[in-house]
Amino acid sequence: MRSANFLLVFVVALVLIPVLAVLFSWSSINTELWAHFLDTRLSDLLINTAYLLFGVSIGVLTLGVGLAWLISWYEFPGRRWLEWALMLPMAIPAYVVAFVFLGLFSFTGPIQTFLRESGFGWLNIADIRHPVSISLVMASVLYPYIYLLARNAFMSQGQHYIEAAQSLGASRWSIATGIQLAMARPAIVAGLALAMMETLADFGTVAIFNYDTFTTAIYKAWFDYFDLQLACQLASILLILVSVALMVETRQRGARNFQDKQQPHQRQALSPLKAWCATTVCVLIFSLSFVLPVIQLLIWALKYIEELADPRFLNLLWRTFSLALMAAVLTASVALMLALIQRLKNTAWTNRLITLAKLGYALPGTVLAVGIVMPLGYFEQTLAPVTKALGFAPTQILLGSVFILIMAYMIRFLTVAIGPLETSLSRLSQHIPEAAASLGASRLRVFFTIYLPLIRPGLLLAMLLVFVDVMKEMPATLLMRPFGWDTLAVRIFEMTSEGEYERAALPALCLLLVGLIPMILTIRRGRG
Amino acid sequence: MKKMLSLVAAIATAALLTACGKTETTDTSSANASANTTITVYSARKEHLIKPLFDAYTAKTGINIQYITDKAGPLLSRLKSEGVTTKADILLTTDVGNLWQAQKQGVLQQVKSKVLDQQIPEHLRDKDHYWFGLTQRSRTIVYSTERLQPEQLSTYAALSDESFKGRLCLRTSKKVYNQSLVASMVAHQGADKTTTIVKGWVANLAVAPFSNDTAAMQAVQAGQCDATIVNTYYFGRLEKDGKAEGLKIFWPDQDQGQNGVHMNISGAGVTAHAKHTDAAIKLLEWLSGPEAQEMLAGLNMEFPVNPQVKSVAQVQAWGAFKADSIPLNEIAAQQIEAVKIIDSAGYL
Repeated sequence: MRSANFLLVFVVALVLIPVLAVLFSWSSINTELWAHFLDTRLSDLLINTAYLLFGVSIGVLTLGVGLAWLISWYEFPGRRWLEWALMLPMAIPAYVVAFVFLGLFSFTGPIQTFLRESGFGWLNIADIRHPVSISLVMASVLYPYIYLLARNAFMSQGQHYIEAAQSLGASRWSIATGIQLAMARPAIVAGLALAMMETLADFGTVAIFNYDTFTTAIYKAWFDYFDLQLACQLASILLILVSVALMVETRQRGARNFQDKQQPHQRQALSPLKAWCATTVCVLIFSLSFVLPVIQLLIWALKYIEELADPRFLNLLWRTFSLALMAAVLTASVALMLALIQRLKNTAWTNRLITLAKLGYALPGTVLAVGIVMPLGYFEQTLAPVTKALGFAPTQILLGSVFILIMAYMIRFLTVAIGPLETSLSRLSQHIPEAAASLGASRLRVFFTIYLPLIRPGLLLAMLLVFVDVMKEMPATLLMRPFGWDTLAVRIFEMTSEGEYERAALPALCLLLVGLIPMILTIRRGRG
Repeated sequence: MKKMLSLVAAIATAALLTACGKTETTDTSSANASANTTITVYSARKEHLIKPLFDAYTAKTGINIQYITDKAGPLLSRLKSEGVTTKADILLTTDVGNLWQAQKQGVLQQVKSKVLDQQIPEHLRDKDHYWFGLTQRSRTIVYSTERLQPEQLSTYAALSDESFKGRLCLRTSKKVYNQSLVASMVAHQGADKTTTIVKGWVANLAVAPFSNDTAAMQAVQAGQCDATIVNTYYFGRLEKDGKAEGLKIFWPDQDQGQNGVHMNISGAGVTAHAKHTDAAIKLLEWLSGPEAQEMLAGLNMEFPVNPQVKSVAQVQAWGAFKADSIPLNEIAAQQIEAVKIIDSAGYL
């Protein structure tokens, strides 16, 4: 098992490069600028961030757990297609929903304008940019993280627990909270952690709403005061908060290990009225979070449809798809390794290391990207005299290569992949691999014939989540892509950064289409 | 299931292989530098604004130009950490503040070029020859023709007057354009006076600042407020789409003794460790020459820096105006002071 230790340390060290680069910023402190930040905006920004975290958490928990609950335990009209349709909003970047939302509902948008012109001006809301509306927008695309993980967890809960509880006279409520929700808790918490980290790292969405969060302060320090060091110092505060939260989460979960036989439960039939209510709720949420933005995007995209004929567009599609696929396979493999090590060893020490490996997700994307580029750049600079001595001009080998970009994605999205793998491993009985090993099966054989088939849904889900996230990823792609390797997200950035939201619609739609491919594959596999 | 996973793995490997194949081919083309130079540009200007120019240059000279686009901040950080190993020959970005920072952080080199000095007016380039303006953009007032008479408008400062209470809309101060505008006021009028003005603006806001210029103009149109401050090309875009109804441009600070309309630039410099310095300078010279300037003026409805070239007809129709001719160095030097003022005035 020494090789496992080495592997773990290596991966964690890799992931920690940008984190350390950020922490390294404390070598000197610009007291004057710090004082200015403390004086002016910092307290407001912290309060704003807390509001947003709270709002998004409530939103994603309600939507994610609620929908997963309905879909997993009940049968109602449309359940089969809603089951996969409800994960689609995940493929829409949050900033896209943000500009669609403001485009439709703001004072100058079509709905309020119509109200004004038809004499209902008193219904107008002067400014719809409010913590509540931002939370809703973000929750509408982040809830699938919880929905997917919770649904996976619910689906693998066997009938026998519930039957046992029922036979002992437990009420429906106590079965729900005491068994069904409690057993799904690791999955729900993992999903919530993802959604919260995404919220903390978000810049695009809050920028469109001009809602200042802690991330805004980081970018303000960097872009407005040109003080990257202060920006990194602020970012490291964010990191500390997130790592404390992650440690608490791991510690809590570590005590519980839910094992389950893979015996599917029966969905409960609902009375016609209740069934249709369930359908209505699901369809409504699906319409608001997916259909509505897509229709708006379609309307905008049609104006620029001729851009599709541009051969470069095909290139964008292919680049996006191949980068996302490579990153998904690599990241899921590494995550699987970590999750297996954690399971097999399960010492406080390995758990702590793995928690550290998750920190990449909590940094705002641009800070993470620079955290990778800086050490890499300095590394290549120190190599320059060597290459020169060998008779080559100083140049870049790693920076700007596909390899490094994929590694950057891995560093950022490892957390996303570990979540589903940890939860599916935690539901796997320890006895099966132990039995196999006692019968003389090699470790490799145990992995391929026992672990891999049993955690297949988790592994596919991990790849899907990473795939979709990489597709939407902007900052690392922008800063580290090889020349000519533009992706759809890069194209979206080009348009939105100048406020030309309508021209971003076409690449945004294509992004959705590319994202649908792995989703459909996962769903079909999940059923088969 | 195994099939599925191996399929995924196979596609990924295929993608990786093609990826590497592609990089190799580009590498060979750039390795052939003696026959066919490739200039590398880090650009904070968007692809659709630079690619037509680069294509034209390649068609004309046979010199290839490769580029990546990103925001100025990250590009600057990348350049700095790359040091001698950088592939970048040129840094292209909007806003003088960014160019000034690039120089301060030592990623640009001095360029002595008679052509550049001739084609670009002195106040639009760095006095030490580190960076050069390539286009000018004016940040001016756009107002509602229904609710305001042009006589009621005069200066940027006048928008802080109490008579504009609840009638002003602004874009967020996080956009560097607004920071530079405030920096120019600091340069002209000093920090104290500027603070009063910015505080006055904030007090007059009808709604919280918007994330972009277009949204601010649309708010004026919808009657939420009567005036806003924008870059003219955003107005130009609305006008082009036939959506500028009820809006008009006003040129502030035009009277005797006033400084004129605030102008900013997009510009470029040659990087400190450029591998193709001469070719890069040639490209900059071409970009400031008549042919490229005409394209630049048309692409984004900005003002050419080269005095020989006229702006496009649509821009000319907005009328002649007195532009602020303060050397941009002096504005850039006040940028950080300006952001501090903005922060303490509570301008979000």
